[in-house]
Amino acid sequence: MTEQSLRQDAPAIEVKDLCKNFGSNEVLKGIDFHVNQGEVVCVIGPSGSGKSTLLRCVNRLEEPTSGTILVEGVDITDPETDLDKIRTRIGMVFQQFNLFPHLNVLGNLTLAQQRAKRRGKAEAMDVARKNLEKVGLANRENAYPAQLSGGQQQRVAIARALSMNPDMMLFDEPTSALDPELVGDVLAVMRQLADEGMTMMVVTHEMGFAREVGDRVVFMDGGVVVEQGKPEDVLGNPQNERTKAFLSKVL
Amino acid sequence: MKPSTRRRLFRGVLYAIFIAAVAAVVLLADWQAIQTNFLNPEVFSEQFPAIITTAAKNTVVYTVIAFIGGLLLGLTLALMKLSPVAPYRWVATIYIELFRGLPALLVIFGFAFAIPIAFQWRPPGGTAGAGLIALIIVSAAYMAETIRAGIEAVPAGQREAARSLGMNPGWTMVSVVLPQAVRIVTPPLTNELVILIKDTSLLFIAGMALSQRELTTFARDGVSQYANATPLVAAALMYLIITLPLTQLVARLEKRNNRSR
Ligand SMILES: Nc1ncnc2c1ncn2[C@@H]1O[C@H](COP(=O)(O)OP(=O)(O)O)[C@@H](O)[C@H]1O
Ligand SMILES: [Mg+2]
Repeated sequence: MTEQSLRQDAPAIEVKDLCKNFGSNEVLKGIDFHVNQGEVVCVIGPSGSGKSTLLRCVNRLEEPTSGTILVEGVDITDPETDLDKIRTRIGMVFQQFNLFPHLNVLGNLTLAQQRAKRRGKAEAMDVARKNLEKVGLANRENAYPAQLSGGQQQRVAIARALSMNPDMMLFDEPTSALDPELVGDVLAVMRQLADEGMTMMVVTHEMGFAREVGDRVVFMDGGVVVEQGKPEDVLGNPQNERTKAFLSKVL
Repeated sequence: MKPSTRRRLFRGVLYAIFIAAVAAVVLLADWQAIQTNFLNPEVFSEQFPAIITTAAKNTVVYTVIAFIGGLLLGLTLALMKLSPVAPYRWVATIYIELFRGLPALLVIFGFAFAIPIAFQWRPPGGTAGAGLIALIIVSAAYMAETIRAGIEAVPAGQREAARSLGMNPGWTMVSVVLPQAVRIVTPPLTNELVILIKDTSLLFIAGMALSQRELTTFARDGVSQYANATPLVAAALMYLIITLPLTQLVARLEKRNNRSR
């Protein structure tokens, strides 16, 4: 197999004219979107606007109907592309955490390292412990997901994704399923990641996070990108009527 | 009349009818005849030890073979039915619908004679062995549906999480989906096991050597040998000794699963 060409100068994520239909339901209607390396892009918009679908197309959990998606310069819509390999470079964090309930925290963090990255057990444990420390849960490595709070579960899920040493992280409303008092811990971990220079695409309703941590904010509505730019511009001085209407509801 | 009074009255009438029915059966039955024909102590003790060392042992051995064989074949069929490859799905669907739609007795009878003819090969154990293969084939069809339902009951987010970490479909199935499906399918599969224990009695149709007889065949032979039905009662007792702990286990497992959800 030929080594997939990794272009260091290419954007981390580049989406061109992406369309996605579910049956007759046109969910994405020609999206152009990119995330540069080291950039934190927050995607906002009303529910049903296609934010999750866009994010899930980026690691091909959804099959695009048409358009191209380049990840570090590699066309992932090309049938020849080794998706499993690309996915080890893209960390993903779900709204519902999706931890493996039959494995303890260490098991959750080491499984894919061993199965997909072919790391030895000792190395996988080392990496796992470092990442648990990073999310502040070093003392819970033997707990099962059901024994953890939602906030702890989400931090474990972040550590699980980080344990693959991804080049970028995708977050799909990572705090929407949490009790309000647990949101802060998760956002703090994400903020720390951003400070370390991680490339991040974050679908979120946390406008404070988007304003303070985001390098760019993208507003989506009805399957198109309506407006994007610096957080202070899009959130503080929106130009489009739909953006204004949305922000007046959530701010 | 208050509704509660009416309900109590109604229940009283039901109890009265029930007691009358039991009393009628008890009074009308010929206890002398029942005892000599079904509960003859001499015939009963004559059943031992062969009823345990041969008949019950064979029932258990046949059940274990049919269950393990059915489980492996059933898992294969379940995975085929869930496969993205359409022809695999078709084959699995046809297989499952065919063997769930036919009486097990007919399939066993057919295979016991068809296998030696079709393959010019006598399976180990002769016609009984061929009957056992048929039992595996039939039970696999039922287990496939149970296992498929169990796999589908694992939330889609589990598969997505594993795939997003770069695990391939095989490892995702083996390390993430199946371990969770096992918990879900254990109670219904234990039920299938209990059904299978009873279904080994159908193997008699294949014809059996003396040493191959399982409980029901053994009991039927006993009935004709002694011209007495006591061997049936002895066999019934043996079945219950085997099945009751299993049905209790199912109840416990189901309670545990309900709690953990
Ligand atoms: N798997 C699916 N099958 C069918 N329709 C879907 C599926 N996933 C999403 N949709 C539809 O796509 C639209 C956009 O959904 P989504 O991307 O989840 O929006 P958002 O994340 O912005 O709330 C919705 O109308 C939703 O019903
Ligand atoms: Mg969404």
